[in-house]
Amino acid sequence: MSAKTKLPTGQEAIAVKGWIGAHKWLLLRRASQVFFLALFLLGPWFGIWWVSGTLAGSRTFGVLPLTDPLVMAQSLLAGHRPELTALTGAVIVLAVYALIGGRVYCSWVCPINPVTDAAHWLHDRLGLPKGWQPKRHTRLWVLGMVLLVSALTGVIAWEVVNPITMLHRGLVFGMGATWGLVAAIFLFDLLVARRGWCGHLCPVGAFYGLVGAKSLVRVSARQRSACDDCMDCFAVCPENHVISPALRGKQGDTPLILSPDCTNCGRCIDVCSVDVFTFTHRFDDRLSEPGDTATPNVADKAA
Amino acid sequence: MPAANPSTQADRRRFLVNAARMAGGCAVAGGLLSWLAHDARALPAQALRPPGALDEADFLAACIRCGLCVRDCPYDTLSLAELGADGPATGTPFFTARDVPCEMCDDIPCVAACPTGALDKGLTNIDDARMGTAVLVDQENCLNFLGLRCDVCYRVCPVIDEAITLELSHNDRSGHHAIFAPTVHADRCTGCGMCEKSCVLPEAAIKVLPVRLARGASAEHYRKGWEELEQNGAPLVDGIIDLPDRLPGPGTDNLATPGGFAPVFTLPESGQ
Repeated sequence: MSAKTKLPTGQEAIAVKGWIGAHKWLLLRRASQVFFLALFLLGPWFGIWWVSGTLAGSRTFGVLPLTDPLVMAQSLLAGHRPELTALTGAVIVLAVYALIGGRVYCSWVCPINPVTDAAHWLHDRLGLPKGWQPKRHTRLWVLGMVLLVSALTGVIAWEVVNPITMLHRGLVFGMGATWGLVAAIFLFDLLVARRGWCGHLCPVGAFYGLVGAKSLVRVSARQRSACDDCMDCFAVCPENHVISPALRGKQGDTPLILSPDCTNCGRCIDVCSVDVFTFTHRFDDRLSEPGDTATPNVADKAA
Repeated sequence: MPAANPSTQADRRRFLVNAARMAGGCAVAGGLLSWLAHDARALPAQALRPPGALDEADFLAACIRCGLCVRDCPYDTLSLAELGADGPATGTPFFTARDVPCEMCDDIPCVAACPTGALDKGLTNIDDARMGTAVLVDQENCLNFLGLRCDVCYRVCPVIDEAITLELSHNDRSGHHAIFAPTVHADRCTGCGMCEKSCVLPEAAIKVLPVRLARGASAEHYRKGWEELEQNGAPLVDGIIDLPDRLPGPGTDNLATPGGFAPVFTLPESGQ
């Protein structure tokens, strides 16, 4: 803890890097979320059918099939043998997220993320208590439950309630009562459990976490020696238990955030005024020690 | 290590308690989800699945609710069920015949679009589709059954003279006209819904129903004697006893004593 711990989250980063600099990854992430939604809306809104379908399954430029691998897994367990098109689509999606980080889906694509982020923002502003905080691995149990129910009922079970595909389908095809479901998630995160849905319960996040357990793209606390204990990264991180092992690692511990729970959202990079964090790959465990001018980052500042 | 024991025990205890809590919570949530998943199968009668759709139970294991069939339907017949607004399982494709019927495209683009096989690629001829079966549900209001010549359902049927025929019978009311009864032949009806859409009445007298509602089923061991006779040139079973035909009136055999049937023996103390 330091005196800076008491400052409002991100204030110092804004002072040092400017508002844009301190929100770079957040802005990029919102742009990405809008981009992926817009791809699906181009057709129904403007008649430009580059992409048709929904996040559960889509077809791009008439040829590229993409399928949600968790939906596919449930379908297989429910006893259906899917056509090659859907299987191919699922394999492609699996391969991409296995490479770039499974939970990149959560923070860069999922349409529920802005909803729960908004709930968290308001939660922060209102200074509400944490509320119910189930264990992080609860979502793995939920994932297991969803797969089991699919196998037992012979229905793709999670799609009966999945707020992600329902919201996305709602925006692309027509909402119906889906707004109520989205509002329920918002209120749950706001009043019942801080970061409750994405951080603790959602089986889709749990699934993608497993998919990206060995993914290539990682955040590294390379300059952890420069950390001034302002705690801002812990305040903004949606899965803040992933930071400690990397940031507070002892001599010889890797600075890489290797937890599959990390969503690669990059907010820790944004909010750090001393640039501790950086995006890199999982084999780059370089560390900058105090007084080390070998890394370009520090060298730039010295210049 | 006697000192380690209490903490190991506490760890084990905590682990078991946590696991039991998770399992309990998942059992409750899973039960609820199973109930919802099971409930999702209750497809309303007026909601028809696209051509080639698997049986409802199999369909819900196969359909990923992507909407590609809806996008590729050139007549905007199909739509995805909206949560709370439509009857079918949320996000699954359906159509309502009275609103927009299926135009029965030759190339069946909805089936071609389906990535999972929830719409069976085995359906190559749209005439083989069985989205439902048309049933003339209300003979009392059907104009043809009243003796008029509406004929609209018959005329619009894409499988005219096979799926719907007009069957003539005497019009008892007028005494000298015919009734042209629209008659559905389920073995040819695709369930496209053209007839229901076009019925001129404010509420259609002919409706496409899911096959499970529209049709009965013959028992597997039933044989139609007259068909077997024609096929084999003789009855399937040898030595069939030709029982007397029973008609009202006296006698046991209509041939022996024309005019009817009377008991062969009298019951004791029956006073006969």
